[in-house]
Amino acid sequence: MTRHRSPAALVGAATESAFEITFDGRTLSALPGQSVAAALWSAGVLAWRTTRVGGRPRGAFCGIGQCYDCLATINGRPNRRACLVPARPGDAITTQEGEGHAGLAV
Amino acid sequence: MPDSPSEEARAVPRDGAETVPPHERAVPRGGAETVPPGDTHAVTYDLAVIGAGSAGLAGAVVADRLGLRVALLDSSGEVGGQFYRHPAPALGAVRPEALHHDWDAFAGLRRELADSGVVHLAGHHVWTLARDGELWAVHAVTGADGDGERPVCVRARTVLFATGAGERQLPFPHWTLPGVVGAGGAQAMLKSGLALPGRRIVVAGSGPLLPAVAASLAAAGARVPAVVEASGYLRYARSPAALAANPRKLAEAATYGAALLRHRIPLRTRSAVTEVHGRDRVEGVTVCRLDRDWRPLPATAGRIDCDALAVGHGLVPQIELATGIGCATRRTDDGAYALVVDAFQETSVRGLWAAGETGGVGGAQLARVEGELAGIAAAARVRGQETHLRGSRARALRRRRARMRAFATAMARAHAPGRDWTEWLDDATDVCRCEEVTAGAVREAVRDYGARDARTVKLLTRAGMGWCQGRMCGAAVTCLASRAGTESAGEAPPPAPERRPLAAPVSLAALAALRPDGLPAEDEPHPE
Ligand SMILES: Cc1cc2nc3c(=O)[nH]c(=O)nc-3n(C[C@H](O)[C@H](O)[C@H](O)COP(=O)(O)OP(=O)(O)OC[C@H]3O[C@@H](n4cnc5c(N)ncnc54)[C@H](O)[C@@H]3O)c2cc1C
Ligand code: FES
Repeated sequence: MTRHRSPAALVGAATESAFEITFDGRTLSALPGQSVAAALWSAGVLAWRTTRVGGRPRGAFCGIGQCYDCLATINGRPNRRACLVPARPGDAITTQEGEGHAGLAV
Repeated sequence: MPDSPSEEARAVPRDGAETVPPHERAVPRGGAETVPPGDTHAVTYDLAVIGAGSAGLAGAVVADRLGLRVALLDSSGEVGGQFYRHPAPALGAVRPEALHHDWDAFAGLRRELADSGVVHLAGHHVWTLARDGELWAVHAVTGADGDGERPVCVRARTVLFATGAGERQLPFPHWTLPGVVGAGGAQAMLKSGLALPGRRIVVAGSGPLLPAVAASLAAAGARVPAVVEASGYLRYARSPAALAANPRKLAEAATYGAALLRHRIPLRTRSAVTEVHGRDRVEGVTVCRLDRDWRPLPATAGRIDCDALAVGHGLVPQIELATGIGCATRRTDDGAYALVVDAFQETSVRGLWAAGETGGVGGAQLARVEGELAGIAAAARVRGQETHLRGSRARALRRRRARMRAFATAMARAHAPGRDWTEWLDDATDVCRCEEVTAGAVREAVRDYGARDARTVKLLTRAGMGWCQGRMCGAAVTCLASRAGTESAGEAPPPAPERRPLAAPVSLAALAALRPDGLPAEDEPHPE
């Protein structure tokens, strides 16, 4: 039996069409069709939000759009569920702090 | 052979916001009208199926075959639901079946869907259902995360709820640390996003999903130092008849058993992860033996190093759309709530059917059987051909359903959370992840303010009031509240099923677009 070392190798995904996104300014690679959360996990990033009360780090938890722990600021828009939103070339993901309105003059 | 990726790309719109399938598939039966993109609501459907998993797919294609005009709505961009989650077409996976057993059944359903007149509305998050005269109005927001501008209303004579389940979570110290993820969630992220949360992943909780998750993670290259199951599998032995009648389930269990052996994954039964360690992310877990009521035995505690934990304590039916309209529920053997359905899957509200996990958790095969039965029943009602209900197909489906439901009941009993799991929950642990409400605060509400159910706890502490509307903390809060009731009053008060006003979050703009009669304002019929 062949031993597969990665999920992409297991299902025979086309990894050659990878593209770049950024997370807090750092360049990461993502595969077309991956959610933002999946791309971040693949790059070893597990947290991209801090909580409103305790300022604790959070990332994806339920993986299916139900828990809202994975909220991220994507291209300036806060409160996007990263496990649902597909990554697109050039996306700028930033850590969402609290309500995600820190940058807004309200 | 699975369908080629290009076929898949055609059958299923990839972008959630691009909601209406290509014109050639959108021609409803018997009508000259086609469905121009963005105007789906101009058509009245015979059946609106909510959820395109095993149950919803099976129901939609059979109803279409029997002559109904069917809309199939799903929040996801892909069909398949939780079990048949697969990489988006753009990932170009040539072996999507590598993470599944029973892929052929899905490939068949997907082909039938592509050849049918079913209108698949991908990226439609249904948030409520309302009566509209003789019809039902199904309200949805669109886009990958429901963030699209355009609210949509689909009108239909009948509705099939096939919205599946969510994971039951029982908190433990530091379960909010990054790297702790749902077991089904890890499976979902792997199946659709080809991503792993770490390289050494402990799998823990309870239920038949755990060995399956461990096997997938290992096949995808992760090390799984242990599967930690709170129940003992011997509990299945209490339902010998259900076991004997379901050889396929046993074969499935044996397959996962073999996979665990092959990947040398130790299985620890009657044990639980009672604490997670790490500063900014998971570095290890404490595993404890449990007594029969799931009380941890501290002397048995040991540490396992890992960089992620995939945890879940079974599944809970997702039924808020149905309970919102008044469909009756029943308590399941593992303490959750499921919809009450009759011999043909109809709920207590005429014209509304339910299939799959919504009627009680039972897995993908049962979901398919129930979906088909519901589709047949809805077609019989709409077309006034009740004879379909007495046909040999319907009889065979009912027999298979009875057999598989018996197994599902045995499963629910075997993995029902033990009474004393709350013993591993210290006061400092957040129970409600959204509002950051600790177990201590919930216990105080129960002890000092007399809260006896999740609703009262919510009003007193905000637990369950956040974004997820109690989906993550509901089971735990209910246990904490009713346990106190047990101690003081001598018996547990029957906790009511949770009610959530909205099944999916809706922007204020979408709400504002509603006319007073509950129909979206932009949903006026076009002037002739
Ligand atoms: C996270 C998770 C992972 C799982 N992984 C496995 C697994 O690997 N193996 C296994 O045997 N079982 C798994 N299960 C169990 C799974 O529930 C069943 O095996 C099977 O998928 C049930 O089929 P279903 O049709 O009843 O529901 P599902 O397959 O869950 O389908 C329900 C569908 O409804 C859609 N939906 C829900 N609410 C809405 C809404 N408001 N608006 C629009 N669409 C909506 C969902 O997007 C989904 O596609 C998993 C369950 C969960 C929750
Ligand atoms: S991980 Fe739960 S909503 Fe995204």
